[in-house]
Amino acid sequence: MRKLYCLIAFILIVLLILPTIFSDYILGIFVMIFFYAYLGQCWNILTGYAGPISLGHSLYVGIGAYISTKLAMDFGIPPWIGMWIGGTGAALVGMSIGFLGFRFGLRGIYFVLLTIAFAEIGRLIALHLKPLGHMMGLFIDFKPGWTNFHFRGNLPYYYIGLGYVVFSLIVVRALEVSKWGRYFVALREDEDAAESLGINVFKYKMIAIGISSFMTALGGTFYANYIFYLHPTSVMSMWVSIEIIMRPIIGGIGTLFGPLIGSLLLTPLSEIARSYFTKAGLEGIHIVIYGLLLVVAVLFFPGGIFAFLKKILKPLMGDSKEI
Amino acid sequence: MIIEPSYILQLTVSGFLMGGVYSLIALGLSLIFGVMKVINFAHGAMLVWGMYISLTIMRLTGIDPFFSFVASAAGLFIIGYFIQRIVVNRIMTFHESMQVIAMVGVMMILENMAQIIWGPDPHSPHTKYSLSTVWLGGVMIDVPRLLAFWIAILIATLVFLFLKYTDLGKSIRASADNRTGALLVGTDVNKVYSACFGIGAACVGVAGALLVPLIPTSPHVGFPFKLTSFCIVILGGMGSLPGAMIGGLMIGVAESLGTIFIPSSLKQVISFSIMVLILLLRPRGLFGGKGS
Repeated sequence: MRKLYCLIAFILIVLLILPTIFSDYILGIFVMIFFYAYLGQCWNILTGYAGPISLGHSLYVGIGAYISTKLAMDFGIPPWIGMWIGGTGAALVGMSIGFLGFRFGLRGIYFVLLTIAFAEIGRLIALHLKPLGHMMGLFIDFKPGWTNFHFRGNLPYYYIGLGYVVFSLIVVRALEVSKWGRYFVALREDEDAAESLGINVFKYKMIAIGISSFMTALGGTFYANYIFYLHPTSVMSMWVSIEIIMRPIIGGIGTLFGPLIGSLLLTPLSEIARSYFTKAGLEGIHIVIYGLLLVVAVLFFPGGIFAFLKKILKPLMGDSKEI
Repeated sequence: MIIEPSYILQLTVSGFLMGGVYSLIALGLSLIFGVMKVINFAHGAMLVWGMYISLTIMRLTGIDPFFSFVASAAGLFIIGYFIQRIVVNRIMTFHESMQVIAMVGVMMILENMAQIIWGPDPHSPHTKYSLSTVWLGGVMIDVPRLLAFWIAILIATLVFLFLKYTDLGKSIRASADNRTGALLVGTDVNKVYSACFGIGAACVGVAGALLVPLIPTSPHVGFPFKLTSFCIVILGGMGSLPGAMIGGLMIGVAESLGTIFIPSSLKQVISFSIMVLILLLRPRGLFGGKGS
């Protein structure tokens, strides 16, 4: 394990130094890598560790983005404070959905459809709310400065994004070795068996969805202050949820590094494909290729890429089964 | 607010007729789910292919979508058959989230292939009867809608008869009821699965052709229909075919009547709310047999 921690520290130092040699464009790609790795990790807490499959995480991204942005625009509260309020709001919504779903015993595909339904209802309502810019969307005034969370260039976002990823890795690692995390995995593996051993299934699922939706909303604040434009179709549609779940699934669901590895692979690929094929005048082809990759990845690496990397990393970890 | 009874009747009728097309889309989804236990996230993209096949035939030969739906059905049967053979057959035992990702991948491929082939712009072809209407006791009925409704009901009836009386249909029903049992008595499950996915896809292909005169055809138009058909399938009961039919008509009427109170761009909120209520109170749906 110690060797592995050394490797992680080394990678982290490399990532801290990297911006000095990379151009702004590549830093922008890294910002998106970190952003999706972070959101994937948040989703991973709920689905990868505790089990209930959510396809409605865009709802929490939207809640976090809109609450922190509206607080900043109308009341002058910096996003750094507003993000925690947004997170609390998202956690309340997430736990309400969780309460309904878990109390009524929805599992598998039924819970998936419940989360889709709530996310779509949220998107449609946001689309019709005047304070959120109605159909036009919400433009955020650019006011550079640390307190406003607005910066010129990608460099500050790179470090903030990296901070987000490190934060999520620490949270998930802390969960993995804690009692809660063990209970989560027990729920995922066999809910009935876990319950018969005296684990309060409902309580631990609620904790999982609470943490997951809270952290997802923090990512929403980052998105709002990076893009400067919010529209329910771009932050709350089902596409956002699909983008969120792709990376951890390709990387390795229910693993600490799965979301990050998945994002390192998929995000640059989608960016390169997009810029290359849009230039060639073949719009849509990049999504076809992206779709093909997803199908191939699911068919040939059903355990995720991380399962393969694990074998390579084995000498570093010894016989430890901690990871 | 005073609402004329004739206005309500008008909305009910037009919603009911649209519900016929919804029913056919949901029938395909329910058939696929009932047998393969996989949610077909590519259902909306298949609908779009059905629309474009019939639109292209209309452009090239002038044959009306209300006849060329046969070609859409055949085309979609082939697409469905190969999706089952290449993708779905291998992911049936996977974790549900993996299945979702694979089907989303198929959806992205189909939807954007349509965009590459036919371009991103919407098309609304003109037919002789596009704007023609008939009056029935104070209610105005669009002819295309009425035709679409009856063809949808006809095709659905044919699917029911096929499942009830043919050998292949019986094998499909047997595999839906009890996969292991069907295997034990020597059913060629691969053939049954491919045929079943093909028929489900053909249903949605017909629905696509019927929609051509009603809504503009564009590559991304299938998405809301897919979400609505999820609601219908939950309302009627996952895997229940009569449930899909009746659920489709109910959702059609509910969405149409909802436009009295809320803007029509919000009408999907009604179907989603119905879905949430059904999920919580009766997850097996109104017509689902076994609890799930």
